[in-house]
Amino acid sequence: MIEQADDLERIALIGIQTRGVPIAERLRALIAERTGHIVDLGIIDITFYRDDVQVRGGEAPLHPQPVVRATSLDFPLEGKTCILVDDVLYTGRTIRAAIEALFDYGRPERVQLAVLIDRGHRELPIRPDYVGKNLPTSRRESIQVRLTEVDGEDAVLLIPALLEEVEQDG
Amino acid sequence: MAEIRVIAGDAQTAAAAPKRHLISIEDLNHEIVERLLATARNFSRSLEREMKKLPTLRGRTIVNLVYESSTRTASSFELAAKRLSADVMTLRASGSSVEKGESLRDTIRTLTAYQPDVIVIRHVQIGAPKLIAETTSAHVVNAGDGKHQHPTQALLDLYTMQEALGHLAGLQVAIVGDVLHSRVARSLVQALNLVDASTICIGPPALIPRGFEQIGCEVSSDISRIETADVVYVLRMQQERIAAGENFVPSLREYSARWGISPKRLRPGQVVMHPGPINRGVEIDPRVADSPGSLIEAQVRSGLVVRMAVLYDLLTQGPVSLAPTVNMNEVA
Repeated sequence: MIEQADDLERIALIGIQTRGVPIAERLRALIAERTGHIVDLGIIDITFYRDDVQVRGGEAPLHPQPVVRATSLDFPLEGKTCILVDDVLYTGRTIRAAIEALFDYGRPERVQLAVLIDRGHRELPIRPDYVGKNLPTSRRESIQVRLTEVDGEDAVLLIPALLEEVEQDG
Repeated sequence: MAEIRVIAGDAQTAAAAPKRHLISIEDLNHEIVERLLATARNFSRSLEREMKKLPTLRGRTIVNLVYESSTRTASSFELAAKRLSADVMTLRASGSSVEKGESLRDTIRTLTAYQPDVIVIRHVQIGAPKLIAETTSAHVVNAGDGKHQHPTQALLDLYTMQEALGHLAGLQVAIVGDVLHSRVARSLVQALNLVDASTICIGPPALIPRGFEQIGCEVSSDISRIETADVVYVLRMQQERIAAGENFVPSLREYSARWGISPKRLRPGQVVMHPGPINRGVEIDPRVADSPGSLIEAQVRSGLVVRMAVLYDLLTQGPVSLAPTVNMNEVA
């Protein structure tokens, strides 16, 4: 990131709630450690931008709606390179929603994406600019990133598909 | 297929059972109230932006039925729906087929043809929202039914108190005035009970319904008892009823002298609220209404975000728990 940035003044890290936020904070600390520069840090909650808020006639939504959390972007986005930060990149739908949310706050010059884990299975034309680790997975598996700030430990768990196990056992 | 959702950190506000309708405060519990207020707070942040619209309810249809005069409630429901990108129609009884004698049930049947997702109704008749809930598949929100309930008003009042005073638990609220004709008082007392605040209703004995303390408040006819309250909540003196010859109080002048909230009745630090529309110089002195301690304008602003939260909550059925859940039925 430091190499890629022409001007750290114009970089802003935007953590996507929930686990993108501590990762963005850590990235900011690392950048500060190496360059002495403290970049802007924002938080974005995409709940109101999800594409699966879908209910008619009392049916359940496609997915449980997450608890709404705070958005905090207290610097102007104009002229900034905003780097969205999230824990796991999967279908890309969260990132689509985050981009839409971001544009309601202003018009950044550039938007980039940094993720800790890229597990594949994109459903949208979205590609990360910075990846911690590529982790090829099956759709039936699930990835859980645990962070000290949220979960009390640092770990990435690959959770196997339970159904297959049950079928094999049974 | 087995479904595993493991995001333990999000589980702390695990959800209560979703509600299809919002008809009465009695249908809610502490948890849902907290959730609605938290959602409203998030919406208030989005309204600080230059871009105030959110795409959340894009494509949803909301019908706002106004069968009884209303400015704030009807307009704030309409704006709330628009801020969330829903399509909204506001129908008023005057100028509609109601004037031609169409019954409520038939109007609803007609509107159901548009497949509304939410019907918001303000009606003079107690129970009208419940009737609609029984005849349509839409979510129904009660925007005030007769003397019965006005749940979104109570919620916006809680929100206003919380924003102004920082907390709700332990607050003392004095509701002053015409409790008898007030759906606001009834809903508010119940809502305050849900958040562990206490209420005392103060007014002329003729304007306090017998047995009102049974819904969970104190009742008094001694105006000096507002002294210990953190919030003085002034009700509108329903002048139209007195004009119609019902003599609950000898005269408005007398009412104003004995029960009106004037600066000298308040102690410093007390905040004053009023559901509107206010009768300046009757139940509230203009100097009080326009003082820094008056939250009347804040209440109007709260109305918008709280109604956004109510629409959002009903249409998304609220946030469902994201605690580790394995669907055992499908596994087995």
